[in-house]
Amino acid sequence: MHLLKLESVSRDFDVSRPWLNRVIEHEPRRILRAVDHVSFEVSKGETLGLVGESGCGKSTVARLIVGLYAPTEGRLEFRGRRMQMIFQDPYASLNPRWRVRKIIAEPMIFLEKKKPVSEFLLQVGLSPDDAERYPHEFSGGQRQRISIARALAGEPDLLVCDEPTSALDVSVQAQILNLMAELQERLGLTYLFISHNLAVVSLVADRVGVMYLGKIVEFASAAQLFTNPRHPYTRMLLDAVPDLDMSGKPRTPVAGEVPNPLAPPPGCAFHPRCPHANERCRVETPKLINDVACHGVEEGRI
Amino acid sequence: MILEVEGLTVQFPTRRGTLTAVDSISFSIAPGEVLGVVGESGAGKSITGLAVIGLLEPPGRIAAGEVRLEGRRIERLPHEEMRRIRGRKIGVIFQDPLTSLNPLYTIGQQLEETILTHLVLSPRAARDRALSLLREVGIPAPEARYRNYPHQFSGGMRQRVVIALALAAEPRLLIADEPTTALDVSIQAQIIALLKRLAGERGAAVMLITHDMGVIAETAQRVAVMYAGRIAEIGPVRDVIHAPRHPYTVGLMGSIPRIGSERLVQIDGAMPRLNAIPPGCAFNPRCPRRFERCLVERPDLLPAGTSRAACWLHASA
Amino acid sequence: MCVGAALLSPWIAPQNPFDAAALDLNAAFKPPAWVAGGERAFPLGSDNQGRDMLSTILYGARISLGIGLASVVFALVLGVSLGLIAGYFGGRLDAVIMRVADVQLSFPAILIALLIDGVARVALGGERHEEIVIPVLVLSIGFAGWVQYARTVRGSTMVERGKEYVQAARVIGRRPLAIMLAHVLPNVMGPVLVIATIHIATAIITEATLSFLGVGVPATQPSLGTLIRVGNEFLLAGEWWITVFPGVALIVLVLSVNLLGDWLRDALNPKLR
Repeated sequence: MHLLKLESVSRDFDVSRPWLNRVIEHEPRRILRAVDHVSFEVSKGETLGLVGESGCGKSTVARLIVGLYAPTEGRLEFRGRRMQMIFQDPYASLNPRWRVRKIIAEPMIFLEKKKPVSEFLLQVGLSPDDAERYPHEFSGGQRQRISIARALAGEPDLLVCDEPTSALDVSVQAQILNLMAELQERLGLTYLFISHNLAVVSLVADRVGVMYLGKIVEFASAAQLFTNPRHPYTRMLLDAVPDLDMSGKPRTPVAGEVPNPLAPPPGCAFHPRCPHANERCRVETPKLINDVACHGVEEGRI
Repeated sequence: MILEVEGLTVQFPTRRGTLTAVDSISFSIAPGEVLGVVGESGAGKSITGLAVIGLLEPPGRIAAGEVRLEGRRIERLPHEEMRRIRGRKIGVIFQDPLTSLNPLYTIGQQLEETILTHLVLSPRAARDRALSLLREVGIPAPEARYRNYPHQFSGGMRQRVVIALALAAEPRLLIADEPTTALDVSIQAQIIALLKRLAGERGAAVMLITHDMGVIAETAQRVAVMYAGRIAEIGPVRDVIHAPRHPYTVGLMGSIPRIGSERLVQIDGAMPRLNAIPPGCAFNPRCPRRFERCLVERPDLLPAGTSRAACWLHASA
Repeated sequence: MCVGAALLSPWIAPQNPFDAAALDLNAAFKPPAWVAGGERAFPLGSDNQGRDMLSTILYGARISLGIGLASVVFALVLGVSLGLIAGYFGGRLDAVIMRVADVQLSFPAILIALLIDGVARVALGGERHEEIVIPVLVLSIGFAGWVQYARTVRGSTMVERGKEYVQAARVIGRRPLAIMLAHVLPNVMGPVLVIATIHIATAIITEATLSFLGVGVPATQPSLGTLIRVGNEFLLAGEWWITVFPGVALIVLVLSVNLLGDWLRDALNPKLR
């Protein structure tokens, strides 16, 4: 049974220039489709990873799920009671004028039974004394721990994590990721984990969705995605990850850049950069079939 | 050797005492070589880069040591001389292409300005050179884009322009401080390859500063791992990554997520702040292999296989 | 310290200058105590009605300060509220509030204060108006000055609103009012305090100007401005102290208010603790 379900969710942003400018310069409205008919499910206890480069819409999906934005189209179904979110920037995600105690206690405002703040501080590896301090007295990694404590205090069924470790040093990232894994096991949490870092996602996620320009182009289990990627963009992404093991594997040259989301290419949005693009790709937008959105895969060409 | 750094120490006098951001480090870079300088935030790698090119913000100052560029000492040169050397012999690439380029001038103008400042050329020749540089860094149709402003380029293209600017006067040393951190992964790979090729072709020395070990693995021949203002380990990239000799490097390599890895090794605690560096080896509070000597005496870089590591585990006696 | 003196004036003035029974016209026009002809009982001299200058200055300072503070508080509350609303909600609400602000900014503050004051006089009639002249003054100076708060707060609010701690509060489920007051407000107040301290000084001077022009506080309960005006008439006759000392007092008052404001701002910043 799914805990969260998205059905063909889309989100548009109006990025038109101010009314006066538009009238004077005869410009049409400009609509940015940040999320384009995205559908997936998240089961209880699993970690779903959403991966993609900047501008692919993954952060917007996160915000649609927690309700910071309303969908322009489509439906969201959440069968749990509460959701919480962890953000990327450890410096901006805590109110600098609030003490830690107040920060962690805030989600408990709507709860009947309130647990002591110290319990959550201990759970994330901090000390109960830290409750009286201010955020600026802590390092980036410690602030993320406070964010996690705050999220836990809300007793969520689903934890949406938007690039929670991207701003942290690599050794601190390891601490936080280990902490999150441990908490998931102990408390039975469900995570939606968003990141641009494929290696991190491969570590934490059970299933992964790859996004490009607002659409999901491939869905697979983590194990399968990284050993046998099907969509050309997924392959390109994997190839682009710097090879720490220096196994000397040959790399297909990476072409082009992410196009302007205001003017996406017709047909398959990836076709200008795809080595396998044919006429159909330039014209027809591929649908998600068997968890892959690619004509080439569907036709058996790739 | 194009760059030789010996015993470099950078300090910041503050109200509460003097902070040592870089503590007596030494390294060198040969022509055509890429040296990666890797470390987490606060390790002192960016400060090292700034010290080498003479762009330390006061009150920061070079308290001790020597920096030699092609044999010539440059750490105590007056501002004017350093400014001339900086453009001509040293090229710099910073992290954020948005702020590295002046938004009010076209890229053509900025390139020409740099070229004419350091090379004696006619304006016509300068323009030709600028165009060929743009072609070399992979900007398609450079003539058309010559009159564009920085904001009309995407992030990856902007960084290419920044690289062209850095190479404009044919420098002998290139310092790149997190050149790919602000870019998407697919663009990162392109820029890394570009840097490597261009430096190799010109026989320039490259100091590549980054926190991303993967980038170093792809680009550098040697790597220096910094911790709390000191070099913990320095050696050939392959050896440092696959057979690290310093406990910190071991922990660092273990904590880097790789595709297909299972669990991450974590190093407990955090890098000490500049005003709280412990005596002896700076890593000792977090080190799983420390013993008495580590608490008292600070280790020098000792030979350890093909690398050198600042760790008493490698003391010969 | 100086502010403290002004605040404490009702208790330390040696004489209540408004108690008509205590006045003795024979004591009029006494020069300051250190000049020949002066008396100890009137350390800074006396005015045309025999009132002790020191006492009247202290009382007047109290009124000036009171009006200054009250109008700033009013302007602050109004401006900060509107700025928060405009910055947080954006869109049409923001556009409307900011257009109103822009329109008002094209008028000088004094003019606005005069306008409101004038309307009040006409609407309430002379006598009624005198009874509530101080609240009217507070409102008019306040209305003249809310825009600067609104502008600053709006800008800061828009910045803070984009920050993740505000988004976190929304995810937690707090309502907009709670978020604006509990989260955003503490983070945008910094510049407001700076503006407020400068504004107190400006408000005091505005009130003094209005009183000097004769449309502010009447002479029965004079503020420093009124005192200066009244004293001005006697300047050329040689009784300089009646106008000079209130003037000096005004300057000292404004200065000490500014210093207090600087200190207050630093004291309230948690990062400097």
